[in-house]
Amino acid sequence: MPVSDPVLSVQALTKGFTVHHLSTEIAAFADVSFDLAQGEFLLLRGPNGVGKSTLLRTLWRSCVPLGGRAVFQSSRGPVDLLRAADVDIAWLRRNDIGFATQFLTARPRVSAEALVAEPLTQSGVALDAALQTARQHLHAFGVSPLLWPAYPSTFSGGEQQKVNLARALIVPRKLLLLDEPTASLDAAARQALVARLAALKAAGTAMIGVFHHPEDVAHLIDRELALAPAVAA
Amino acid sequence: MTAFIPDAPILIDQQPLLRVTAARRLYGSFVAVDDVSLEVWPGEVIGIVGESGSGKSTLLRMLNLEEPSNGGDYRLTLPGRAEQNLFDLDRFEKRALRARHIGIVYQNPHLGLMMHNSSSGNVAERLVVAGERRFAVMRRRATGALAASDFPLDRKDAPPIELSGGMQQRVQLAKAIALEPELLLLDEPTTGLDVSVQALVIDTLKRLQAERAITMIVVSHDLGVIRTLADRVLVMKQGRVVEQGLTDQVLHDPQHPYAQELVHARL
Repeated sequence: MPVSDPVLSVQALTKGFTVHHLSTEIAAFADVSFDLAQGEFLLLRGPNGVGKSTLLRTLWRSCVPLGGRAVFQSSRGPVDLLRAADVDIAWLRRNDIGFATQFLTARPRVSAEALVAEPLTQSGVALDAALQTARQHLHAFGVSPLLWPAYPSTFSGGEQQKVNLARALIVPRKLLLLDEPTASLDAAARQALVARLAALKAAGTAMIGVFHHPEDVAHLIDRELALAPAVAA
Repeated sequence: MTAFIPDAPILIDQQPLLRVTAARRLYGSFVAVDDVSLEVWPGEVIGIVGESGSGKSTLLRMLNLEEPSNGGDYRLTLPGRAEQNLFDLDRFEKRALRARHIGIVYQNPHLGLMMHNSSSGNVAERLVVAGERRFAVMRRRATGALAASDFPLDRKDAPPIELSGGMQQRVQLAKAIALEPELLLLDEPTTGLDVSVQALVIDTLKRLQAERAITMIVVSHDLGVIRTLADRVLVMKQGRVVEQGLTDQVLHDPQHPYAQELVHARL
C-alpha cells in the first residue's frame, strides 16, 4: 500500500437517532466527508450537541450510521467501517482501532494494572511482560504504585481516567479515536498524555480527536473539521 | 431496523463454531422460539436479553439439545459433526454430544446438580457419562475443574445442598467445564445471588474466557452482567430476535423500539 493512501476515507457520513417513545427523529450530522493519512491528527470542532462524540462513536460502531462510507485500511485490507460485520468490528477493536474516552468502565474485582495490561495480553503478550509494561504506563500517568494492584471502581474520577487512558493507549493502533481525553486531568497527567499521543503519532497512528481545550494538543493538530448543526430532515 | 445490511465477515480467518438457522419451538399453538438464526465464532461471548417469556431460556435449552425443535438447523463445527443438523439426532446421540461438547449452568442449581451427592462427585459424574472409568483420573479432573471455577477445595466433599447459592453455581460451572467443552451455555448464572457473589461469578467467567477462549452464550435479564461479559447481544421479544449487535451498540444506540425500552428501563 503506498503511504499516500489515506488510512481512513469518510464519505457522506450521516447519523441521526430515532426515538421511538417520542416518535421523533433527532438529526446528528449529515454528509460529513474527510480523508485521514497515516500519522495525521484531525481535530473535530463545533458547539456542544453538534455530534462530535457521536461521529467518533459511529466510526467505532457503538452508534449505528444512517448513511455514507468509511473505508479503513486495516492490517488485513480495506474494510468499510459502516458495513463491516460485527465480528470484524470486534477484531478491529482488538487489533487496529483504539478509542480513548474520559470514562473508565471498571470491572468488578479487576485490578488497575490488570485492566491496563489486558489489551496487551489480548494481542498475545505474556501476562508478566504485559503487567510490567502496564505498570510503566500507569507510572507515566502519575498513578501511585499503591493503586496498581487495587480495584479502580473506588478511585477518584481523575485516577480512573488515568487508568483508562493508560489502557486505551498501551498498544499502538493504526487509528485512534479520542473523546475529550484531557477533561479533568491534572497538569502532569495531561503532559504525560500529550507525550504519549506525540509518540504514537510519530510512529504512524492516525488520530481523530474531540477536545474541550484544544490548546492542550495544539502542536499535534494537523487539520480541523468543523461540524455544523444538522438541518432537521 | 439498521440502515445497512452488514457485510459478511472478511477480517477474521475462522469459521463460526455455531450456526443456527430458523430455529423454531412450539408449545401447542404457542410459538416460544420463532425463526431464530445465529452465528457464533470461537471465543466469542454472546448475551441474550429479553423479558420473561421471550423465549431466551427455551432457545438456550434447544442449543443444549435437551429441548426438541419444531424446525430449523443447528450445526456445531466439531470433528465429524459439521455436516449434521444436530436437531435431527436421536436422543442418545444428543446426550452423547451434549456430554462431550456442551456445558450448561442453570439458574436453578437443582436442575443441574444432584443436591445430596458430594460436589466433587457431581463433577465426576459428567466424566463418567463421557466414558471415563479410571478413578484417579476422575478425581484429578474433577478437582481441577472445581479449582478453575474458584471453588474452595476444602469443601469439595460437601453436597451442594449444604452450600451457598454462589458455591452451588461454582459446582455447576465446574461440572460444565470438566470436559473442556467447545460451548458453554449459561442461563441467568448470577440471578438471585447477592452483589459481591455476582461479581465473583462474573470474575470467574471472565478468567475462564481469557484463559481458555471458551465460547459462551449467556442468558440474562441483567444488562450490567451482559455489558461486562458479552461481545455481542441478541434482544429477544415474543420468541423472535428483534435486534442484534455489538454490546456497546445495543446499549448506547438501540434501534428497535423494544430494545430502546429495555435499555431505558435499566437502573
